[in-house]
Amino acid sequence: MIKSLEYIFLFLVFPGLLFSSAMGLIVGWVDRKVTARLQWRVGPPWYQNFADMLKLFLYKETLIPAGASTVLFLGMPLLASAAAALVSTVVLVINFSPQSGFIGDTIVLVYLMMIPPLALMLGAFASANPLASLGASREMKAMLSYEPPFILSLIVPIIKAGYVIKLGDIITYQVQHGFIVGSASGAISFVVMLLCVQAKLGFVPFDIPEAETEIISGPYIEYSGKALAVFKLAKAMMLFIMPVFLITLYFGGLRLDFEGFVKNILQYLLILVLIIVIKNTNPRVRIDQAMRFFWGPLLVLAAVSVALASFGY
Amino acid sequence: MGLKEKILTKSLYAFHLSSGSCNNCDIELLDCLTPRYDLERFGIVLVGSIKHADILLCTGSANRLCIPRIKRLYEQMPKPGFVVAWGACGSSRGLFKDSYNTGLPLDEIIPVDAYIPGCPPKPEAVIAALVKLKTKILAKKGSSR
Repeated sequence: MIKSLEYIFLFLVFPGLLFSSAMGLIVGWVDRKVTARLQWRVGPPWYQNFADMLKLFLYKETLIPAGASTVLFLGMPLLASAAAALVSTVVLVINFSPQSGFIGDTIVLVYLMMIPPLALMLGAFASANPLASLGASREMKAMLSYEPPFILSLIVPIIKAGYVIKLGDIITYQVQHGFIVGSASGAISFVVMLLCVQAKLGFVPFDIPEAETEIISGPYIEYSGKALAVFKLAKAMMLFIMPVFLITLYFGGLRLDFEGFVKNILQYLLILVLIIVIKNTNPRVRIDQAMRFFWGPLLVLAAVSVALASFGY
Repeated sequence: MGLKEKILTKSLYAFHLSSGSCNNCDIELLDCLTPRYDLERFGIVLVGSIKHADILLCTGSANRLCIPRIKRLYEQMPKPGFVVAWGACGSSRGLFKDSYNTGLPLDEIIPVDAYIPGCPPKPEAVIAALVKLKTKILAKKGSSR
């Protein structure tokens, strides 16, 4: 009883839904502010994303388009944000106590990270709008493009840590032997992973599914009010947790002492700002170009890093 | 002045509708988003879908072809939503007042909450109009629209 209450607390409050969505909104503000500064603008104040979210939750009407499947249309945002909250719960709990994981938790995380895009796709197909369907089909192609190099480069930390598919063991290995990103194979697979994360988060140059200027935010087009807010929360949570996931795999996870914590924040900001700068200095590519990029150079790089890792470099 | 209204005024998303304008107003709209004026610091974002918007920015003289579309967009906007008539044409049909093609001014088609005068309006006028719109939102607490 106490155990299940603890799990519910972990999922709903800290480090799950509430904490990660608040952090996600702050990180989303960092994104908007850095973007604004790169464009020589002032940018929004820090509470901007909270105001947007509260406005959608408290004030706006939720419209369901005629011809849409109501259950799918309203259920998919909930599924997306539940999966995103579960990802952040699992990653952060394992970071706080590396022994609490279970065998194969990395694979479970990979599956959970696929759920928000899948939910977005289903929600878009359910919303009876041609542009949403177009966005959903692009989302599907984007997912097919970035998943193979993502999973292949995920194998490198697993090999490095001695063929263990357990996030906790990868962290313990790095505490004893130094960061995985320090080795040749680790560095290559980190670069591949960073670009895949860029596509996973739907950022420019891989924001093909929700291209604002051509298919006017694609899958989200029919969403309004609370349903849109829940989808945005799922996106914010993914934006918060993906850099943490990268830190866990390549930079030795989160530390709880003061010095380690400061280093973690610097690593986090480094990864985040790198993603934002890539986002702001590149134009959007076409879906076929993205697919060729991910299945060509990146898949080869990921394979090379796996080969290097298995030879011990 | 309620808290909900205050939150709304901090985060107004705008949808741009050109109902037969000469493009000057549309260019001025983009000018408002550039580094010098930067409307995003007040929380104003230009969105592509009317379902995400709080303000319908209507440029142009609302010609006959556009009237049904203006009405449909207004109905599709999630309430509470606000309408801003942009420029001389949006406010009063401007120099197309006696044209065969512009039967009604915008504020007789849908309720308009704020007017921005000018042909085209300067970005300063736009910001002034948004301040007026915010004051109006804050003043009518608890209204359903």
